[in-house]
This record gives sequence, structure tokens and C-alpha cells, in this order.
Amino acid sequence: MGELSSVWRESSHRYRLVAHGCGNCKAVYFPPRDICPKCHRDSIGKMKEMELSGRGKIESFTVVHDVPPAFIRQRPYVLALIRLDEGPTLTAQVVDCDPSEVALGKRVRSVFRRVREDGKSGIIQYGYKFVLE
Amino acid sequence: MLKDGTDMSGIISYGSYIPKYRIKPDEIARVWGEDPENIRNGIYILSKSVPSPDEDVATISVEAARNAIKRRKVNPADIGAIYVGSESHPYAVKPTATIVASAIGADFRLFSADYEFACKAGTAGMQNVKAMVDSGMIKYGMAIGSDTSQGAPGDALEYSASAGGTAFIIGKEDPIAEINDTLSVTSDTPDFWRREGQPYPTHGERFTGEPAYFKHTIGAAKMIMERMKTKPEDYNYAVFHQPNGKFPTRAAKSLGFTEEQFSDGLLTPVIGNTYSGSMMTGLSAILDKASPGDRILAVSFGSGAGSDAFDLTVTDKMDEVDRNSAPTIKEMLSKVKWIDYAIYAKFKKKIVFGESVD
Ligand SMILES: [Zn+2]
Repeated sequence: MGELSSVWRESSHRYRLVAHGCGNCKAVYFPPRDICPKCHRDSIGKMKEMELSGRGKIESFTVVHDVPPAFIRQRPYVLALIRLDEGPTLTAQVVDCDPSEVALGKRVRSVFRRVREDGKSGIIQYGYKFVLE
Repeated sequence: MLKDGTDMSGIISYGSYIPKYRIKPDEIARVWGEDPENIRNGIYILSKSVPSPDEDVATISVEAARNAIKRRKVNPADIGAIYVGSESHPYAVKPTATIVASAIGADFRLFSADYEFACKAGTAGMQNVKAMVDSGMIKYGMAIGSDTSQGAPGDALEYSASAGGTAFIIGKEDPIAEINDTLSVTSDTPDFWRREGQPYPTHGERFTGEPAYFKHTIGAAKMIMERMKTKPEDYNYAVFHQPNGKFPTRAAKSLGFTEEQFSDGLLTPVIGNTYSGSMMTGLSAILDKASPGDRILAVSFGSGAGSDAFDLTVTDKMDEVDRNSAPTIKEMLSKVKWIDYAIYAKFKKKIVFGESVD
């Protein structure tokens, strides 16, 4: 149940790319942080929730061939480090494309997909993935 | 109906989503040893959409909902109700509407539920949120029709059952299309069903055409035109539920509509039958190009059976909306990836693994 509650707790940032912007230095953090690691005390009470645009570009990527059993229908899949337009980076799957179409610097946008499924009777975890623009 | 027209509720915004993958009937026919020419002519389907392995009714509904919000920059907090109609909800118990609500950032204070009425559950949701808007319970309501339906391998439905969905936001403030009237017809007809726990539906062959689709669709269309005192020539567009390419064409023609009126909303020949998304996505394609003053007749059909009819008029507000700010149907039809039957079978989980793999 511990995992289930973390899935539930993180749903707003996983579902809607909700980040925290520091009101002091304007840095944007995803996943959200309660305190800005640069401004420390000066950021207390100034961290604002913001929804990211979901647009960005690929900074690096890898094609995963050795996949866990749950991903066998998606093999091989692309895992990319994406720099979002607002600044933060995140790691996510790039879907609906052949790995050969993926390249450094390509523009991507976020989509809402099934991320994990806990067997046939468990919870379905949803969240962000990306597609090429 | 029978209102002064100044505060008539209608469609505030709309958004659709059609998965990117497509398969041709020729490819399905090749595997099952059928004549592709027969399929193409028989049901008039040239290709159908296929969801990715990580897409389901929740993801399709969320994408459609987000496109509707984006198209008119609607504040999700103004959406007081969300109803999702589908016959392929990812959970048997846990509403898709809850996932959509969370994904669009709707308020905690929210009316919501999942609806089920074969292919007309989404339009039943439209009627429900319209009534809630008219009664003042909510400012805006969102109704979604979305499906990832399956036909059993080798079954005729395998050529048509596809995936897609559309969301309408309904309200009173400056709608882009007013809903002049809506009505429904219902009867107990055994044309198509799926029992709990069964992966594939069953059809009562002799009931599918006349006593089910045509009786309800044509019946509801005639009834609403009678009530509105209109004739087919009063409409610029007409759209009907599309289980295949043939049925809606026949229904439209028998009612007296011309190809010019019904071709824009007829999507099944290229995307297949999106079930709950079918008529709503056809209407979405019409809204992509309609002009102020245009009148639209829209009739859904759900097996079991029933039809929901809508009479709409596009308003001047349409010109103020940047319709390209969310993907249009045309755009979603142009960016596709073709797959063969083997990939299709893998994606749609027709190839089954052991316990550790879903
Ligand atoms: Zn800071």
C-alpha cells in the first residue's frame, strides 16, 4: 500500500506536470520542491505552484531493448532526457514513433498515457510521456 | 427549446483525440482469408485507428478534454460536471471521470460519473450536462464520448472497432453552437451486447440493421425535425452514428440529406467505428469548418437500443475562436502510422502472455 499512496500523492505532478517556481530567483523545479535549493530560507513561503506547458526538446536519449516484462509490447522504447521550455529537465518515454526518428534537439510535447499497470487486478498508473512535435 | 434564444445553452468548446496508428481492412482480411474488396464495399471502411499499448479510454478522454479546454482557454475550475461515456472504461469499478478530473485540474467540488449506453453514452452525457447548465446547477459541464472497443479476432467487428474520443464543454455564456433542442428514443432491442467479464461483444445479427440502427436513428431524426418544424434542406450539416460507412449514408439518404450535408461528419471510412466517440467526433469535424448561422442535425445511436438527437446552430462566437489552437480532425487524420496485423495483435493484446506480462 506504500507504493499506492505515493502514486496517489504524486498524481498532480505526474498528471498535469505541476512544478514549483521560486518566487525569489524564478527557478522552476520539477518535481516540485518546497524550498529552493539556491535560495534556501529566502524561498520559504515563496514557492508557487505552476503547470508546465509540456513542451520541450530532447537533450539526450537511449533506446531500451532489454525491457521489463510489462513493457514487452513497447520494445524497443525510447527513454529521453527532456529539457522543458520553462527550464527543468525530466526523464520520460518518447512514444508513437520509431527509435530512428528520435534525435537530439528534436521538439517534443507531453501526452497523457498509461505508465504502469500493477498486474491484472492492481491500480493503473497514468502520467506523462512525450511525442515528437 | 422554447427559450428566448438569448441565454440558450450550447457548446462552449470541443476537442477530440484519435490515436495515431492505423490498419487497413486488406491487412485484416489477409490474415482471415477474406476478400478485402468485399469488406471495403460491404461496410465501406478503408482504414481504422488503433490505440498504442499505453492508450486506453482514460488517456483518450484526457487528451480530448485537454484539447477542448485549450481551444477556448476554459478555466477548469469553471467545469462543474464531468461525465464520460464509454463501453471500454479501463476499470470495471473506478470511474474514468475521476482520472479526467484530476488530469485537467478540475475542482474538488464536482459532479461526475461514468455513463454506459453502448455507443450513445457520450451524447447521453451531453444531454445531462445541458440540463444541469439550464437548471443553474453548474456553469460549464463536460461530456466525453470515448472508446477503445474490440471485435473478436476474425469477427466482422474486427474490421470496424477502433479508438478515439471527443469532449464537449457545454454552457450558457457565448456558446459557439447553440443546442436548439435535444430528444431521445429508447427500446429494449437485442442487437448487440457484452456480458460482464467477456472480452468481446456479441451481435444479434438479425437485429443490427432495421430494428435497431435505422429504426432509432431515423426515428429520432424525424421526431426532432417534426418538433423543430424543420426539413433536411434547413440543415447545412448532418451527422449520424457510424458503426460502418454504409449505415449512416443509408440513413442520411433515406431521410433526404445529400452527400454535401453528411460527408464532412462521416469519419468511419477512415478511422473506423469509435463507438461512443463516433457521432461526437463527426460533429467535432463539422465544428472544425462550420460558419456562423450553419445549422447541424446530429443523431447518435447506442445498441440495446436508443438514439439521442440534437439540433444545433453555430453562433457568431465561432469567428472569435481560434479553432487551430487545438488539433483539428483533419490534422489528426493526416499524421498517421500504418501497422500490420501482427503489430495490431500485439498492441490490442490479442497475443496473450503468461502471468508476469500484461
Ligand atoms: Zn530560488
